[in-house]
Amino acid sequence: MIPFPAPDQSILARRAEIVAGLSRLVPPAALITAENERRAYETDALTAYRQMPLAVVLPRTTEEVSAVLRFCHEQGVPVVARGSGTSLCGGAIPQEDAVVVGIGKMTRILEVDFANRFARVQAGVTNLAITDAVRHESFFYAPDPSSQLACTIGGNVAMNSGGAHCLKHGVTTNNLLGVRMVLIDGSIVDIGGAHLDSPGYDLLGLVCGSEGQLGIVTEATVRILRSAEGARPVLLAFPDSAKAGAAVAGIIAAGMVPVALEFMDQEAVAICEAFSHAGYPLGAGAMLIVEVEGSESEMEGQLARIVAIAGEHGVETVRESKSALETALIWKGRKSAFGATGRIADYICMDGTIPTGQLPLVLRRIGEIVASYGLRVANVFHAGDGNLHPLVLYDANDLKQSRDAEEAGSDILRLCVEVGGCLTGEHGVGIEKRDLMGVQFSAVDLDQQMRVRAVFDPEWLMNPAKVFPLEGRTPILPVAA
Amino acid sequence: MSAAEREVLAPSSEEEAAAVVATCAGAGRRLAIRGGGTRTGLGRPATADAILSAATLSGIVFHAPSEMVICAGAGTPLADIEAALATHGQQLAFEPMDHRVLLASTGAPTIGAVASANVSGPRRINGGAARDSLIGIRLVNGRGEIVKSGGRVMKNVTGLDLVKLVSGAYGTLGFLTEVTFKVLPKAEQAATLVIHGLDDVTAIAALSAALGSPFEPTGAAHLPAGMDWSGARTLIRVEGFSDSVTYRLDAIGKLVATGHRTERIDGTDSEALWRNVRDAAYLADPHSDAVWRLSTAPTRGPEVTAAISRQLPGARWFYDWGGGLVWLSTLAAGDAGAGVIRAAMATTGGHATLVRAPDAVRAAVPVFQPLDSVSMRLTEGIKASFDPEGVFEPGRMYPAV
Repeated sequence: MIPFPAPDQSILARRAEIVAGLSRLVPPAALITAENERRAYETDALTAYRQMPLAVVLPRTTEEVSAVLRFCHEQGVPVVARGSGTSLCGGAIPQEDAVVVGIGKMTRILEVDFANRFARVQAGVTNLAITDAVRHESFFYAPDPSSQLACTIGGNVAMNSGGAHCLKHGVTTNNLLGVRMVLIDGSIVDIGGAHLDSPGYDLLGLVCGSEGQLGIVTEATVRILRSAEGARPVLLAFPDSAKAGAAVAGIIAAGMVPVALEFMDQEAVAICEAFSHAGYPLGAGAMLIVEVEGSESEMEGQLARIVAIAGEHGVETVRESKSALETALIWKGRKSAFGATGRIADYICMDGTIPTGQLPLVLRRIGEIVASYGLRVANVFHAGDGNLHPLVLYDANDLKQSRDAEEAGSDILRLCVEVGGCLTGEHGVGIEKRDLMGVQFSAVDLDQQMRVRAVFDPEWLMNPAKVFPLEGRTPILPVAA
Repeated sequence: MSAAEREVLAPSSEEEAAAVVATCAGAGRRLAIRGGGTRTGLGRPATADAILSAATLSGIVFHAPSEMVICAGAGTPLADIEAALATHGQQLAFEPMDHRVLLASTGAPTIGAVASANVSGPRRINGGAARDSLIGIRLVNGRGEIVKSGGRVMKNVTGLDLVKLVSGAYGTLGFLTEVTFKVLPKAEQAATLVIHGLDDVTAIAALSAALGSPFEPTGAAHLPAGMDWSGARTLIRVEGFSDSVTYRLDAIGKLVATGHRTERIDGTDSEALWRNVRDAAYLADPHSDAVWRLSTAPTRGPEVTAAISRQLPGARWFYDWGGGLVWLSTLAAGDAGAGVIRAAMATTGGHATLVRAPDAVRAAVPVFQPLDSVSMRLTEGIKASFDPEGVFEPGRMYPAV
């Protein structure tokens, strides 16, 4: 099990006083103190770990966030920011001596500007709600994590979220123009704006993906893009993963960057097909979803090129979407991969990225690793950028299996780093990969990151249990026995 | 001390660079960082004691075409990178500006400087900035330590993104030794729609319409009358497979240029046009003029220039990035227009950077937009976290940074 820092007993002892202090800063409806109500905030999508927070605050404005943070700073109380709690790496799991600051009530779209192609929204607006707010003009917000119906833009900024369509449009950091952010001392800072680049150091780039450790984002300005005239996915079924991987390399080498290039192995195809009935080719060794966009004739041209390349790599089945309904079904199957897997087993979802050339080797080794623990794995991933999502299946009621699944996951991530990749492509470090950071980074690398972190939060009050291994911090935090 | 008089330290390896920096930090010796020396005129004038050169850290470490990634020593000439990519039909997506035209500098631009100064060009509106393509770095910080961040994969959220922080820091945070960029296929064809005779406001509205269309322009610029021998020209570039380029350029023409005189430009003529936009070549002469780079929301571009020209009648300008990037020249006398320009931008939003002016002007006028007090505190803290002794590029960005 991954340890949390030992809760500060002096904070726990002052709980009533701290709650009273918070109650002077926000209205009663914005402060959650009852144990049964706090329980809703004790975990996120990494449900194996739970910690009951001291209190939960749901501010409605930047000024309220500022007042709460200033108070927590004065009191020396840790703060854990929370969007919708969909983090797969435990990024939003609280701790017993921490106040959770949830942005869920900050849901206003503040400004939409089509001529300048941006939207300014409060941080609690969901990812999909941004697209919904601009869809009537055929615009959209590009990053599309699978949890986009629920996850907030504030959480997306904190984790630098990706999605299935980032091959062409990039991840959050490539689509973010500005933020309003509150630092732990309560100061409010605006970074960036409606323009494309910021003056001075790229604080926006630093904040994006900082996992709630530098401050709490209360507003975001994001780029919105005009939708293509049309978009069409094609399913390509291959006898094995190596051939599918070679086809991916072939497509890219031919000078094409499809808007999405998704890979599913046999196990993942079976799981998703049973859930979504999207017509996935059961029995195929591996399947690709390749999406192209443009006018009718442009899409036909691109698909013809792609199908020809797939043909050189032994494609067995080719199925183009023939309707909007079919397209929606194909994506529903892929985007529900995690949920569909959850119906048949407990799973942990890994998120390493590898150089795409290592794909056949890594897939084989993942199979071997998981089999060595007597477990099963389903692989779905973003093939164009090498971002893997092996789902290690296990039974959470079986303690040994739970431990083994975690171990297998760690082995897979070590493998990703060993072949030149990284621990996490889009889910974040959180607590889940915190103690593996030394696999990817030297002590010098981590110290440099921690010194930068300390500029924003010298007392380590912001989401302190996450990202950096507990040992080797300055100041060193006590670790629970 | 003039640049010519300063000692040049050229470490032959990353380890040697770290040792040199550690020694200098201990001795209070301050270093200017040099790649090809074509961009030394950017920022506030250097006051360093010696030059730390990346020229010997040169060479492509690897280029993996099917992974769309290239890694090279920071001192590798940009031309070498572009040639290696071209052999596989690839390119840097962000179309880096060549500052030699504007700064009248000589030498060979390096890939490290492109990363360090976050140097982008017209395709930034579609392909992102240099910092968006930069996925990995290795550097020596001011403590003489070798630090890495990012890596060779394009999706990576492991730890704080120091890659972004270093890109655009002009060497003030460390000495880059190795950089890794993601790359993109070079389009089969590029062509430009030219619309003649539009005023600034109408032109930017046309560019906004084009950029808000499904036809994905990769260049959107407006040259007001007087930039060269031609009248006002509004430029929209489309890149892709040849059928698609024709289809999209026609569609954009119908959408935004109905009733105006237009022409289509292809091949090397189109390339030359965008090279001039990229390099701000239209404002290169007279070299005695100061040149500013203004970044704002695109439709605010014409408002900014109108406000500025009322008070600085000699100002000349053109627009890139659909109007969001304004290149503007002023007389280099006094504050080179800084007060007027920054006051105008306080109304419209955005910021201004003084790209070219004599040393005395760049020493007296804030070259980069002055920051609010919180951002400045963070900036100084970040500088100290990398370079506590202030070894690198003292005062290049702000007096204390």
